[in-house]
Amino acid sequence: MVIVFQTKPSILANGAVAGPLEKKSVFYSYFDSIVEDERWNQKTNEQGHSKMILEACEIVMKKADIKNTDVDYFLSGDLVNQMTPTNFAARDLAIPFIGLFSACATSISSIIVASLLTELGASQLSVAGASSQHNAIERQFRYPNYYGGQKPATAQWTVTAAGYALVGKHNPEYPSVVAATIGKVVDYGDTNPFHMGGAMAPAAFETITTHLKQRNQKFHDYDLIMTGDLGKIGLQILKTMFVQSGIKQDELQLLRDAGAEFYGEDQAFLAGASGAGCSAAVYYSYIIQQLKTGRFKRVLLCATGSLLSPLSFQQGESIPCTAHAIELTME
Amino acid sequence: MIFMDFLIAFVVGGIICLIGQLIMDFGKLTPGHTLSILVVSGSILSGLGLYQPLIDLAGAGATIPITSFGHSLTQGAFAEAEKHGWVGVLTGMFEVTSSGISAAIVFGFIAAFIFKPKGKVN
Repeated sequence: MVIVFQTKPSILANGAVAGPLEKKSVFYSYFDSIVEDERWNQKTNEQGHSKMILEACEIVMKKADIKNTDVDYFLSGDLVNQMTPTNFAARDLAIPFIGLFSACATSISSIIVASLLTELGASQLSVAGASSQHNAIERQFRYPNYYGGQKPATAQWTVTAAGYALVGKHNPEYPSVVAATIGKVVDYGDTNPFHMGGAMAPAAFETITTHLKQRNQKFHDYDLIMTGDLGKIGLQILKTMFVQSGIKQDELQLLRDAGAEFYGEDQAFLAGASGAGCSAAVYYSYIIQQLKTGRFKRVLLCATGSLLSPLSFQQGESIPCTAHAIELTME
Repeated sequence: MIFMDFLIAFVVGGIICLIGQLIMDFGKLTPGHTLSILVVSGSILSGLGLYQPLIDLAGAGATIPITSFGHSLTQGAFAEAEKHGWVGVLTGMFEVTSSGISAAIVFGFIAAFIFKPKGKVN
């Protein structure tokens, strides 16, 4: 299941934008842009969602000093039905596009596909990433925004943010994708959509364990292993699973979760952040920056996604989850 | 003593709300399910003649929670059934509750007309 990239495609540019509430994020200072209006001055949340994707991609292209016509592929997805925000953004970007859905793990699956296209020689430059907009996703998966339904403490807060990366041929000055693991769909029979972290933790465990085993690595080979949006409770469950599998406490300090840290200790956000934009914005701002400055030399990014629909859980189906991982290094 | 009235209203109303909260927390049910359970419970208690004594005891503590809507449905059906027979069961339910339903529609409309829905911003 592990893919080892011989040509080591590099992440040549990165960009992250976020909504007004994300000023509360501990990663706020790493984002390229914060928009004061959660709808990005558009008429609907979904239009704002689309605009946010466009803005993030434009930042990426601007940083690399390229135009949309210089990009070979756009690989991305979101959480709205049929991924219309991303589809509409792709229409405006006018770059050959494949929509990808791995729920919140799209932040990584998109980079894996971009790296494969680069390795194949089919792509010189690809823009890949993912996003989520709080209101659009709440409406999609839970209740109307003005309904004000209570949430239990295990629930997470969908982030309004987008994170994108420009994947191209190997360049030693930039972080490189050296390996990737495409995860299985794991289902422990969890049926509670307000406790996604618990449902997703086994998928993260499976993918990280597989990656380390097949790469013949240990936790200490990394400066950081970061999951996507397990949240505070999901991260605890994952740590417990690793302890039971014989991982030592000091090694577990290398394991962090973007969703658990995103909003700090603010209780208003319950068990932490979630959404495809959560991992994407943290990975393609903070993580890339830390790799570039040399603070991290090797990181494993493992984004998790829960593959449910509102209909599937109303019909009593359990929540299948997945996790995809990439190994990034800085020379 | 008026203070005792307040206290009883608070305790009785609070217990009804506590039951609703427990249904949501431990029953893994949605707010919609919880609301329906409370309305049906109020209606059944009313049919058994148990809700009116609760109102006599606790006043607003029993009339404000949604269980009282179920009580009104049942009482409306009984009252009209006495006058018009079985058809009254159907017409009577909304006889008493129509003000509450109409108010929800009218105020909902006004709010939707004036305000633009927004997410949490701080």
